[in-house]
Amino acid sequence: MSMRTPLSRVRGLGSAHEGTDHFWRQRLTAVANIPLMLFFVIFLVRYSDATHAEVVAALANPFVAVVFGLMLVSGLFHMRLGMQIVLEDYVHGEGAKIVVLMLNTFFTIAVGAVALFAVLKLGFGG
Amino acid sequence: MTNVSRNRPLSPHLTVWRPTITYVMSIVHRITGVALYAGTLLVAAWLIAAASGPESFERVNALFGSLIGRLVLLGYTWALMHHMLGGLRHLVWDTGRGLGKYESRKFGWATIAGSVTLTILIWIAGFALRS
Repeated sequence: MSMRTPLSRVRGLGSAHEGTDHFWRQRLTAVANIPLMLFFVIFLVRYSDATHAEVVAALANPFVAVVFGLMLVSGLFHMRLGMQIVLEDYVHGEGAKIVVLMLNTFFTIAVGAVALFAVLKLGFGG
Repeated sequence: MTNVSRNRPLSPHLTVWRPTITYVMSIVHRITGVALYAGTLLVAAWLIAAASGPESFERVNALFGSLIGRLVLLGYTWALMHHMLGGLRHLVWDTGRGLGKYESRKFGWATIAGSVTLTILIWIAGFALRS
């Protein structure tokens, strides 16, 4: 006999109220990251010796700028989910846990804001 | 109230186990993930330098091009490759395949061999393209 209400059972979200959401998003971004990160690495290899003008010209290409933007969003999203698990594993105090989970999100958004601003500026022509 | 949980016997932990490739790869996957997290600051720094103009771009490039900078980037390349291959292994595991004792060990060795090989190839390609 289950102690769960019929509504809780049909929602299937469990005690954390989010079901498999975290797991699924981590896998979704993981799959997206594979081609995006490979593009990023190949780009860096190709432009490791490039001048500023060459890099600016490369990122002014709409395709490159859009893929860079997607790479940042998918990578940062994935990174935030992963760090959340690490923090939940090792930070045991309730108060401290809430603080570090907030900092995790703030860090992600701050890095994303700076990097995406740079990509957009370069994408729109420096 | 006394702290009851503190006196409970603990199950054997990290220090009593002989390292196995599967457990070492599991920890390395987590460590590389955390390293990649910190390393996004380098990506953001490089992009904002490129967006700020030639002088700041040169300054950041000189930093990345120094011996320590290159060692950090070499480590970062390896961390990314290792985390990617480790992640692919996890995606295979998610389908229920490759979880056997011998298969998972083989996966572990393939992850480390693959990540080192890819890192070397990427850096050879990087140096080969230099004029």
